[in-house]
Amino acid sequence: MATSAVPTERRISVTVNGTTYEREVEARKLLIHFIRDDLDLTGSHIGCDTGNCGACSVIVDGTLVKSCMMLAVQADGATIETVEGLAAGEELSRLQQAFSAHHALQCGYCTPGMLMSATALLRKNPHPSEDEIKKGLQGNICRCTGYWNIVEAVKAASE
Amino acid sequence: MTTTVAPDKVEEAQRTWSGQNVPRKEDKRLVQGQGVFVDDVKRHGMGYLHFVRSPYAHAHITSIDVSQAEAHPGVYGTLTGEEVASLTDPFFQISSVPGANVKDFALAVGKVRYVGEPIVAVVAETREAARDASELVEVEYEPLAAVTDARHAQDDGVPVIHDDCGGNLMWHGVYEWGDLDAAFAEADKVVRIDELHFHRFNSTPLECDGALVEYNRGVGQWTIHTNNQFPGFAAIMMGPAMRVGLDKLRFVTQDIGGGFGNKITSHPQLVVCCLLARKLNRPVQWTEWRTDFHMSMSHGNERWFHETEVAVKNDGTLLGFRTKALDDAGAYLRYEPLGGVIWAQVTPGMYKWQHVRVDFTQVATNKAPVSPNRGYSRMQHLWFTERVIDIVAHELELDPVEVRKRNYIKAEDMPYTTPNGCVYDSGDYGKMLDIALELVDHANVEQRRADAAARGRLLGVGIGSTLDSGTNNFGQSRLINPELQFSGNNEVATVKLDIFGEIVVTLGTTPQGQGHETTAAQVVADILNCSVDDVHVRAGHDSYWNSHAGFSGTYASQFAVTGLSAVKGATEMLAAEIKKLAGAVFGGVPPEALELADGGVRIRDNPEAFLPFMACGAIINANNAGLPEDLGVTLNCRYVYRPPFQVPDVERKYGNLTLTYAAQVHVAVIEIDPETGYYDIVDYAAVDDCGKRINPQIVEGQVMGATAQALGAAVHEQFVYDEDGNLLTPNFYDYHVPHALDMPPLRTGYVESASPFTPLGTKGMGEGGGAGIHAVCAAVQDALRSRGGAIVWDSCNPYHRVWEMIQDPAKGARVQVTGA
Repeated sequence: MATSAVPTERRISVTVNGTTYEREVEARKLLIHFIRDDLDLTGSHIGCDTGNCGACSVIVDGTLVKSCMMLAVQADGATIETVEGLAAGEELSRLQQAFSAHHALQCGYCTPGMLMSATALLRKNPHPSEDEIKKGLQGNICRCTGYWNIVEAVKAASE
Repeated sequence: MTTTVAPDKVEEAQRTWSGQNVPRKEDKRLVQGQGVFVDDVKRHGMGYLHFVRSPYAHAHITSIDVSQAEAHPGVYGTLTGEEVASLTDPFFQISSVPGANVKDFALAVGKVRYVGEPIVAVVAETREAARDASELVEVEYEPLAAVTDARHAQDDGVPVIHDDCGGNLMWHGVYEWGDLDAAFAEADKVVRIDELHFHRFNSTPLECDGALVEYNRGVGQWTIHTNNQFPGFAAIMMGPAMRVGLDKLRFVTQDIGGGFGNKITSHPQLVVCCLLARKLNRPVQWTEWRTDFHMSMSHGNERWFHETEVAVKNDGTLLGFRTKALDDAGAYLRYEPLGGVIWAQVTPGMYKWQHVRVDFTQVATNKAPVSPNRGYSRMQHLWFTERVIDIVAHELELDPVEVRKRNYIKAEDMPYTTPNGCVYDSGDYGKMLDIALELVDHANVEQRRADAAARGRLLGVGIGSTLDSGTNNFGQSRLINPELQFSGNNEVATVKLDIFGEIVVTLGTTPQGQGHETTAAQVVADILNCSVDDVHVRAGHDSYWNSHAGFSGTYASQFAVTGLSAVKGATEMLAAEIKKLAGAVFGGVPPEALELADGGVRIRDNPEAFLPFMACGAIINANNAGLPEDLGVTLNCRYVYRPPFQVPDVERKYGNLTLTYAAQVHVAVIEIDPETGYYDIVDYAAVDDCGKRINPQIVEGQVMGATAQALGAAVHEQFVYDEDGNLLTPNFYDYHVPHALDMPPLRTGYVESASPFTPLGTKGMGEGGGAGIHAVCAAVQDALRSRGGAIVWDSCNPYHRVWEMIQDPAKGARVQVTGA
């Protein structure tokens, strides 16, 4: 009794945070479910069904992506970065440190996606204005902080 | 972007951990994606649960066929309402009759009462298979007319939602204090407001509900990994329904992705998971989808206020009011009708009203059940009192600032007993208002109004004053149902020294971002005179640890009082035991000659005589031969904090309903484009007073978050139903929550009025955001004065509603003033 009754499995290969994984996946499996359920990288989260909240944001081949809006099979051959790859060993990234210092997180559920969006923003624009930061984060919903401290944290990390 | 202003008198820097912005212990794991949220918990062989939900708001279920679903590849099994009805009893009802007669099961039995109501649960090997199979469940319905407007729920001929209740009335009670007749006789003017409406929304935590449930057949115990934020309540709902003792229900939480009260009433879904884990003999995993959450979980109480009358003197002195409150509970009374009394914690708001009558009715409708939502029930009532203030000011052509100041309870009147016996512990509301007004440069507001007018914009200023009453006296439930045997409150902490001197703290709470691990460590470190880094606070809640009590959880603004007082109590016990042990080791030194310092205990006059915590822990736990028999030291201390409450007087509906009354004053400055109704919040101030602040940064974070939620609710967020009972805002496309670009510039300030009633001078806080709704409503009304003077009638004012009020001021509230 297996779901292979649906004959749409494909073998894919992805490199996530420097490790290459090869897995059989159903064609309809979302990238976020692949990352969380198949690769056990549960740092990226799911907060909606509609691509609005950004909790699942990851970087795919250098581009910020909402991984609930992409199928796992579309990521075949891709290089993916998730929140688990941000710190260098025990050393938190500047952005991660700034989030803590500025109390830019409360429950921490949106934080991985927020950090990935901010990371992508700062790579493209290392010194963004306040407005550019808000625009860079507009695809990420946070229900705890009201965003003010998140914007402060990104600003601090960019200085 | 944000500016923080402290009160004039800055207190001398304290040499304590408490009062400092200690970085949060939780952050290190959360910024690395190493938190453990409920959907992260996995077990070998677990099955994924998916609910089949009702497409009808109101219908009889004539048949259910799960055979095709069960035959679907990968499906482990199903559960129907019929099975639930045979395996469980209906959930206990808080209400007196008629609401007491509601039969509420974990799945719909015989009838569906709202769109999205769970009917069947399907468990399968994968999420996808469970969803596929759910679509193969065949349910036949016989649709009924839906009740979607609480105002007509009791009309003749309206369908009855719960036949056992004999109608749609769930609860009714009349609250009256003072002498209304005398107040209205003394009044110079009576202001009558036909109807006001507080809308339906909730805080939509980003993580939806969920559970991973395992059944241990050998001992008959379920382990429920969940993000329910009030396991004590879930347990007393679930145990009797499932016909098991509460020791059979082990609740485990770690990180919770936001709660805001919305995660209190997931007990029906948890029961389904439990029954299926037992039936299928495998772990069952359920993660709610966003659309499911919107359709079925924890909407905030929608409330109407009818026939309001306010007795007022010409100078704006408020004497009393009477109103008829009508609460829309939705389809089931999950936590209700407690909303019918919780508001009474703040009966007069911040004001000296002495004569109050509230005729409170709660009805059922074919909408999702309501449950606590940040500011639960007080927010609705305080919105009402603030609306009244601004409507009175408008009608009497008085300055809203002056009306507030004239009627605010004064600092020198604290502690202040309200007409219904609540004792406001401390506060200086006038000072808070002054700080807030200064933060938005209120002195120059008329100039700014003129400047805005020159640009074709309508500027408005609005004030929202609120109370965040915290630490419930659960005895208030008896005002709803005198038969209930609840009263008081409690919370637990344990603090121990382990073998190598580790200081280990266990909490009974279920934090969702409030930083309990950090603030608890601050309190412990102050008492043990050590570093916060040496204090290990266990993450999350586990009812197996024996570190919980009946009211354990994280809800209703209380951790800083209940949780931290329990931590303080347990740590003081531990400190005393450490001294007792050291006294014995040092050969009979009395405790008063000892002090804790540098990670150990020493003789004050002879610091060389030092016993590190490591030695203390080792002696008691692993090297205890020869200790005096009567030493009475375990170094493992459990303390239950119990606030000083009495059972309220049920006849008079009188008594202190919460221990602390934190306060917030918000001021919003908005500019409206009259062509479109679109408006921007151009300035915003939030001033908070929650007594002693253990970690100011965390407190300010709560203020900010609550403010953001209020602004979302004030402008955008609504659960809107059509007349057939379909939810029109079932996801984040249609239900717009604020994004970073939506947030106005914010300035925060604070006043610190220590509570005289709590061990640390703290007050519970975090729910004061309703002030933002009040402030925006008042600002819109102020801005419209020059364009027809519509009276803001609804708590949600999206742009089209503002535009309508500009086009036709009669779209606002109908208000009459009589008297000299």
